[in-house]
Amino acid sequence: MKSLILLSGLGVLTLLSEIFNFKRKIFPVVLLGLLGTIVLSAMYWNTNKHYFNDMMFFDNYAVAFTCLISFIAFAWFLLSQNYFNEETNLTDHFALILFALVGAVIMVSYQNMSMLFLGIETLSLSLYVLAGSRKNDLHSNEAALKYFLMGAFATGFLLFGIALIYGVTGSFNLQTIANYITLNSGNIPALFYTGVLLMMVGMAFKISAAPFHFWAPDVYQGSPLVITAFMATIVKTAAFAAFFRLFFTCFSTIESVWGNIIFVMAILTLAVGNITATYQESVKRMLAYSSIAHAGYMLLAILAMNKFSAGSILFYTAAYSVASITAFTVLSIIINKSNNEAIDAFNGLGKRNPFLAFAMTVAMLSLAGIPPMAGFFGKYYLFNAALQSGQTTIVLVAVLASLVGVYYYFKAIIAMYFKSGSDSSPVEVSFIHKLLLVLTLVLIFAMGLMSDFVIRLL
Amino acid sequence: MSTIQAIPLNWYILLSAVLFVIGVLGVLYRRNAIIIFMSVELMLNAVNLLLTAFSSYRGDSAGQVFVFFIMAVAAAEVAVGLAILIVIYRNTNSTDINFLNKLKW
Repeated sequence: MKSLILLSGLGVLTLLSEIFNFKRKIFPVVLLGLLGTIVLSAMYWNTNKHYFNDMMFFDNYAVAFTCLISFIAFAWFLLSQNYFNEETNLTDHFALILFALVGAVIMVSYQNMSMLFLGIETLSLSLYVLAGSRKNDLHSNEAALKYFLMGAFATGFLLFGIALIYGVTGSFNLQTIANYITLNSGNIPALFYTGVLLMMVGMAFKISAAPFHFWAPDVYQGSPLVITAFMATIVKTAAFAAFFRLFFTCFSTIESVWGNIIFVMAILTLAVGNITATYQESVKRMLAYSSIAHAGYMLLAILAMNKFSAGSILFYTAAYSVASITAFTVLSIIINKSNNEAIDAFNGLGKRNPFLAFAMTVAMLSLAGIPPMAGFFGKYYLFNAALQSGQTTIVLVAVLASLVGVYYYFKAIIAMYFKSGSDSSPVEVSFIHKLLLVLTLVLIFAMGLMSDFVIRLL
Repeated sequence: MSTIQAIPLNWYILLSAVLFVIGVLGVLYRRNAIIIFMSVELMLNAVNLLLTAFSSYRGDSAGQVFVFFIMAVAAAEVAVGLAILIVIYRNTNSTDINFLNKLKW
């Protein structure tokens, strides 16, 4: 809870810094604030506090995800440091990002449907603006409008679902609704199930699971690169944590109703994400499809719905986000240098800057799930959780899908080491980016070693 | 038969469902961004109507408080949405979403 107040205060402070003219000093303040958020929320470990008449519930799940989100945000600020220096409205960007983070923290700690709605909207409204923050670039405009329309559309479904569930149970509280299900099992009106399915559609839009993924590639490609990185990591993590929290606390007892639908959705997402990614020319768009594919893997944890699910989702989102941040950092350096986001821009990077090429290789291998990177352990625990619940078919599909994944991740690696580009001048990397890359590389390897510890946390 | 002021509860549910579906079809079929906005608003207001009906039927005020949340958020959403639309209008002189096809494959 204190972490939430700190984040909101930080957001207001950045807005004030515009008025009182200490813009230049705000960047280190925000970084310190984010570290403070991690510490403050970690202090709530094992306290299980309820707030505001049970609106929010900071259990270990919420604490772990708050720490993860704040940490990724910290890394993300390091990644986007150059971007903010170019922009004139630096404080607006900072404030919007911080308020989006507030939304993300609410999304992982809600105990009431109204908080879920407000969290999603706080996050989304900031991002609609950020996606369109390149005002004169038509791609950015298009991305913002598509994101906005699809986001509002999805919110409509989510709300209609919430309204129907409220009509049947008379409450917005997750625990009360869960109790209602156990008390009235076998005697629940169809209206309730309709509500559950509508909420599922709304959430599937947010996590960009097929067949509700079509907005994601366009939005990811059109938005400014750093905003894409934010959407692919923090938004994905928060949306998935919210999805899982909702289904785990509320609807886990009626899996027979939604299990098959999630099953089909997971297979579609894995197929569409991985297969479409193979023929992308733009690396940015390839990463967008890869993020859709990863949503497919994460759906496995929801299908599994057992005691291993929460831990494996935490580890998977952490591994995925760290690897994605690395990939986006390298991509942003390349785009800065050559103003080209196609895969050709990576040609010969192995010679032009061996360190960058190595970082990109590690990130790609981790995303593809090659041992000993973190991504492999993420997939391993996720598949393991699904197998424990007897979901053999979906695990087979997921393994096949990740084999397809290896193909397109290797395309970038091959371009870097085995192709030579027209431009062979060395690529400069700023100190902060070097620091960030070293940090994430260490994490990608270290997380593999401490995977067991992370899984046992939840 | 459960009623609110002599009108059966089912009628409220039916009306909001119909309004919601009109909104959904509007989003899917219309090509003018402003009309799509209006359709989204229609969806949200269908939800508001449904929540109010349930809240009144159950004599529980939580549903009506939720309606206030939705109204406030919808207002913020329109502000952001219209701002995005104005930016697009300045660049393309149109609000037709068929012009927005720069991002493909």
